[in-house]
Amino acid sequence: MSNLENFRAEVSEWLEENCPPSMRTPMVEDEVVWGGRNAVYKNPESKIWLDKMGEKGWTAPALPKEYGGGGLNSDEIKILNSELFKIGARPALNSFGIWMLAPVIIEYGNEAQKMEHIPKILKGEIRWCQGYSEPGSGSDLASLSTKAEDMGDHYLVNGQKVWTSYADQADWIFALVRTGPKEPKHNGISFLLIDMADPGVTTKPITLISGKSPFCETFFDNVKVPKENLIGEENQGWTIAKKLLQHERNFISNFGLAAGGGDGSKTKGVVGLAKTYLGEENGKIADLDFRSRVTEHKMKEHSFGLTLQRAGDEGGKASAASSIFKYYGTEHNKNRYELMIEAMGNKGFIWDGDEAESKEKAITRAWLRTKANSIEGGTSEVQLNVIAKRVLDLPA
Amino acid sequence: MKLVLNEELQFLKDTASNFAKDKAPVSHLRKLRDEDHPNSWDEGLWHEMVELGWTSILIPEKYGGSEFGLAGISVVLQELGKTLVPSPLFATGVLGVTSINQMGSEPQKEELLGKILEGKLTTALAIDEGSHHEPANTELTAEKNNDGWVLNGEKVFVIDGSSADLLIVIARTSGNKGDVQGLSAFIVDPNLKGINRRKVPTADSRNYANISFEDVTISAEAILGEVDGASDQIQKVLDFGRIAMSAEMLGNTEEAFAITLNYLKERKQFGVLIGSFQALQHRAAKMFCEIELTKSAVIAAMHAADENSNELERLSSLAKFQAGTTLHTVSNESIQMHGGIGVTDEYDIGFYLKRARVAEQIFGSSTYHKSRYADISGY
Repeated sequence: MSNLENFRAEVSEWLEENCPPSMRTPMVEDEVVWGGRNAVYKNPESKIWLDKMGEKGWTAPALPKEYGGGGLNSDEIKILNSELFKIGARPALNSFGIWMLAPVIIEYGNEAQKMEHIPKILKGEIRWCQGYSEPGSGSDLASLSTKAEDMGDHYLVNGQKVWTSYADQADWIFALVRTGPKEPKHNGISFLLIDMADPGVTTKPITLISGKSPFCETFFDNVKVPKENLIGEENQGWTIAKKLLQHERNFISNFGLAAGGGDGSKTKGVVGLAKTYLGEENGKIADLDFRSRVTEHKMKEHSFGLTLQRAGDEGGKASAASSIFKYYGTEHNKNRYELMIEAMGNKGFIWDGDEAESKEKAITRAWLRTKANSIEGGTSEVQLNVIAKRVLDLPA
Repeated sequence: MKLVLNEELQFLKDTASNFAKDKAPVSHLRKLRDEDHPNSWDEGLWHEMVELGWTSILIPEKYGGSEFGLAGISVVLQELGKTLVPSPLFATGVLGVTSINQMGSEPQKEELLGKILEGKLTTALAIDEGSHHEPANTELTAEKNNDGWVLNGEKVFVIDGSSADLLIVIARTSGNKGDVQGLSAFIVDPNLKGINRRKVPTADSRNYANISFEDVTISAEAILGEVDGASDQIQKVLDFGRIAMSAEMLGNTEEAFAITLNYLKERKQFGVLIGSFQALQHRAAKMFCEIELTKSAVIAAMHAADENSNELERLSSLAKFQAGTTLHTVSNESIQMHGGIGVTDEYDIGFYLKRARVAEQIFGSSTYHKSRYADISGY
């Protein structure tokens, strides 16, 4: 234990020295850092914080040091997170590269690919987006038709992706492409890395019901992609694709915990909102029906958090577990925002203007954003299918 | 606190699992019910449990116990819950032991815990008086007289109340109905003059009694702990009971779900297995998620009890709520998914439903614990 206590002291001292003051205040929406070639740092201390954390490898504490990660074990990561939490540190970097791509490059990539891509991801130099869904391939992802033809030294890519998060701001895309048009649908897919700066790649934002445009359509028109950008074997991409989806689902399922608000800002939480807008009597939420529903919600959240913890303690990395967490976490997050806007009453749907505070309006927008949580990364219905078939072994 | 079972606990759980399967499948409960057994539990089976050391699990080593803690007895009850085994283990091994250990004097502990350990004493905790659990509503009075106490009042829904050798009676010694404080605990011989025990036949075919006390005179030594001291102490006893009951309910749930899943994989309609229908698959998958959440809450609560965590009360309410709501859903869905056969007495699944509703009420329903959780959390 003394080693860990030493580690805690070191972390605490390092943070004291290196975490800039403004990075210890609650995140504000337009200061969230995603990195990349075109990143704009509205608050210059965000960049300092990113560079410090990147140098240390602590943007991805679990990944090996040789690729720029922190090389920490799970006990050390817990300590790092608790020390970060203690000083209220902002996340140094939000990154699909870290959450989804880096773990699969580590698992399936060759040495050159690891050395080329992972350090740039962890330092926030290259921002990635995900090219999975297509207009004709939503839940039935494996039916995708964006094609990559073998032209000898390169692939020629043609087709369209949709729901590519922040594609208009990303530098590279990891994409599923069809390399085996004659193979059965799961056996003709490859996992390809494509530089968005290459000629023939264009993007167009999609406006969502929240009024925001976090997603794009992405078009590939005769894009030449070097063969060294293929991860794993040709036509073996589906295995990698599924693995990456597990990482994605694990990441999305954290929305089920109150910490991940989904709106990028620290809101009061559903209990605080209820007390503010519905009033309190002797410390209790005054509306007893609402109190009962909020309590049930918080109890489910407590049990869900304990279940994530138990999965970690059991050391289980079963693929089906990610479906349970994805399903439960996203449905829970949707419910949270429904309760939040209900608590706010007629302040819960103000779209614009000065009659509501910006944090109230942010909750309204975030409520609408959560509706996509149970669709993106595999719908709730797909997750329930996975649980029924893979865990419960029910017949097809 | 790691939310896993260590080797010792896993061993206890495996032993209990084999015991339940070999010695007391659901047909055991059915037989006791059909012959209208006076105790609703089997003496021989109980002595086998005693020999396996299960009465000693919660007893400290100092008094000869094995001190495996609440986690130990909870995993045993979880396994016994899978085949709905009726026995005095909950009322005696959890409630009796915890009450005596928590509130009793040294001589009381030595004598009573020793007897429980050897299987020579069964106990029943007489606490509820109304249709719903609420200790503060205790009205049964204990009044001092020259050389002891006089009890007057009525207890209901006393688990093992008609069979127990010793009653632990929660009585009001000061204040009025509704006051949290002012309660004391007494150990009472059920054969004393003025005590009338009436066994109440219940849907789950277990042992419960309503007991009236009319001018029952007991000695000064019959008090367990301090006068007015039970109000705080009894909450810990109840929390231990709630967590152990949640574990048993988790076992009920797991087995009812397993039986139902098997049925979905066997039963054919319209020429296909009914388990291939998405309408049933999604409901089964949702139940599975709730069962996983329940497991986590129960494990966290039993470890919290053994580690003297200050989260005990909150986790106890979480476990009882989670176990109660999940069992409620699973017991209903199990019947529905079985179709017609599910509502026949011949098929076992109905026993789980009948046990479920009773267990849900023991020491506070899901509603009670939701409210308690909110109070503790400051909502």
